[in-house]
Amino acid sequence: MIMPTLDIGQALPSRQYTPGTVQLFLYNAAIWNAHRIHYDLLYAQHQEGHPALLVDGPLQGDWLTQLLYDWMEDSDELLAFEYSNRRAAYVGDVLTAHGEIQAVEGERITLALQIVNQQGQATTVGRATLRRP
Amino acid sequence: MSLLTAEITGCIGQALAPVRFQVNRQDIRKYAVATGQRQARFLAGDEAPLMFLFSVLMPVLPLDHLREDGHCPDSPLLPELPLKRILAGGSRYEVHRRIYPGDVLVCHQTLVDIHEKQGAEGPLIFLVFENRFENEAGEPLVTEYLTRIAR
Repeated sequence: MIMPTLDIGQALPSRQYTPGTVQLFLYNAAIWNAHRIHYDLLYAQHQEGHPALLVDGPLQGDWLTQLLYDWMEDSDELLAFEYSNRRAAYVGDVLTAHGEIQAVEGERITLALQIVNQQGQATTVGRATLRRP
Repeated sequence: MSLLTAEITGCIGQALAPVRFQVNRQDIRKYAVATGQRQARFLAGDEAPLMFLFSVLMPVLPLDHLREDGHCPDSPLLPELPLKRILAGGSRYEVHRRIYPGDVLVCHQTLVDIHEKQGAEGPLIFLVFENRFENEAGEPLVTEYLTRIAR
């Protein structure tokens, strides 16, 4: 079997997300979160001053893990993952998850991850380490 | 002069009673669909994606216990701080093994660090919470370090 090469800077396949109100409703129901900024537009705009409904920060963290899961091979193991939200993301935004190989040390692969909005601004950044036997 | 009094830093090490719960296949399936997951094992509920763990620590409270903004009251581990606006600062996870339906998890929540930094717009207080997910035998499954920022 020919093992694919792993090059520093090699990009993972990116994925675009355009979250809408139905997805935010289902996500917040699934995590049992009733914070109104995610489903009550009038509240989000008039009480908290947001232009639109907010996309949950942990949902964007999940999207970064999806980038990994879609790229990982069956025998890979996720060892570590971290993310932080840097700027608000809203319903109507076009959010694209990107990742690239940052380091390869033996079986360990470190990846840099981020989600950018349609203006090219990072809304969430992250990092992960996998083991590829 | 530091904003961190001895009373605040004295909260480091405080912990909540462990939370025990069983991972449910149907909950994994709902979570996977809601997040736009593509991997069949998560959509079938055969395994929980890592971030599914975020959902299991959300408290289930009576409606009249929720705040006006719909949010649940803050963690009892959060000390009284001189800075009142609390923001999410991100999470770091150490993964020891995958999570499967039927797993019984025990989560130990501890406030492990409080420190102060000077931000561009003034002082910031960082609070780090450790959420240690173990199985019933006490073996580590996932350890999360959740940072919250007061400004």
